[in-house]
This record gives sequence, C-alpha cells and structure tokens, in this order.
Amino acid sequence: MVQRNNLDAASETAFKRDLVALIPHLRAFARTLCGDAAAADDLAQDAILKAWDARSSFQMGTNMKAWTFMILRNQFYSEKRRSWRQSQLDQEAAERTLVAADDPEAPVALDEMRLAMGMLPPEQREALILVGAGGFAYEEAADICGCAVGTVKSRVSRARRALHGILEQGAYDRDGSPAGEAMRSILADAERLSGPR
Amino acid sequence: MNDPARPEPFGAEPEPSIDEARLRQQAIGVKLRQMFDEIVNEPVPEDFLDILRRADDKGSVGGQD
Repeated sequence: MVQRNNLDAASETAFKRDLVALIPHLRAFARTLCGDAAAADDLAQDAILKAWDARSSFQMGTNMKAWTFMILRNQFYSEKRRSWRQSQLDQEAAERTLVAADDPEAPVALDEMRLAMGMLPPEQREALILVGAGGFAYEEAADICGCAVGTVKSRVSRARRALHGILEQGAYDRDGSPAGEAMRSILADAERLSGPR
Repeated sequence: MNDPARPEPFGAEPEPSIDEARLRQQAIGVKLRQMFDEIVNEPVPEDFLDILRRADDKGSVGGQD
C-alpha cells in the first residue's frame, strides 16, 4: 500500500513550500496538546516528516492545514498510547507547560488565560483551540478529531463556559490575584486589541 | 459528565446580561487567539528547516543517519 514519490518535481516543490508555511501553526497546535515546549517541537517535527512521507497520498487542492493537523494529532495520541503514562498527564503537563512557557513580560491576562486553558479537559481544550484560534470550521475540526460535528460544537461551547467560569472566579492556582481580576484584565485587553482586527 | 475540571460557572453570582456575557466571550476569544498567535509568530527553530532540507537530499526521509 506504500506509494512513494509519484509526485512530479513541481508538485513536490509546491507541497514542500506549503508544508514549510504550516510549521508555525503545527508548532502552536503541538504546544497546546503536549507536555512541554521541547516535547511539542519533537511532536511537530515527527508530524512534518510523516506528512512529507505521505505526500503522495495528499489530495492537492484540499485543505493541507487540516490534513497536517490531523497527522499531528494522530501522532500525539498514538505516542501517548504507546508510552505515555496516563490521561492525568495531559492535565498536569499542560498546566505545567503553560506556566513554564510564561514570559515574565507577557501581560497578566495572558498568563491567566494559559492557566485557565490548562484546567480544561483535553478534548475541550483541543476543540476550542482548533475552532477558536486555529481558524477551522466545526466540520474541519470534526474531521481532525475524528468525531461528529455536534460533538465538536458541544465541546467548544462547554469549553467556553468553563473558561469563563474559571476566569471569572479566579479558580486557578495562583497567589495574589483576587477572583474576577483575570476577567477584568482580559476585558480591558480585548478592548485595546479589538480595534485593528 | 466526563469533565472533572469543569467548575460551577455561575455559582452564587447573579447572571450577567446577554450582552455582557457576549462581550466577555468575545474578550476570551480575542485572548485565546492572541495566545495561539504568539506561538505562531515565534521564529521557527533551525532544525525544522533542516529536516526538510535533509528530506530534499534523500527524496525520502525516515530517521536513517
């Protein structure tokens, strides 16, 4: 079943150019799935190699971003099934990374958002990232996750509600900032940012 | 159901108005995209480009060498 290299040179060049353009997005998606930034980059590199090796099975003209995200996600879950400890890890690791990736210069609201995202169940976090940040339609996100469109919709809406609740109540582990503080700074930031977009 | 981390979103507080709630959701959306875009905008580490460069040399790649 292994097909190799039946693309002509021009198609290979085009494929590679598109794949390179997707690297930053794949890194970002990997980091939202994965334990830490280094592990996320390993995952993204594996996915890129897989995508490259599978290039002749890619249907030119279809959504390459969705296709590579699906490869990355499958890679993540198959590695996890093989060697990673348990689902608990998702939660803890995400929280740790999101904290570790903290830039001391970053605005407070972004920290709070990272921490709050880390508290979501993995399937909700993933759905919300794909739809809310990755720019995918519900249908595309459903393809990527291998589930029904309705499932994605309900995960996204539960994730939004949960995030709101976490941010509103300051229910994350953090010293010092009182409940409601996070939501206030997020609102203030959004107001500032929403102009140019 | 199967989401243990789910908080009680609107516990004791009075529910915000629809407009207010929408505004908050929009703000969360903006922040979420900002968080993701921040990673997208990071410079790509050299090794990412290396693996594809190596793929170029061989036509096929797969962890040899």
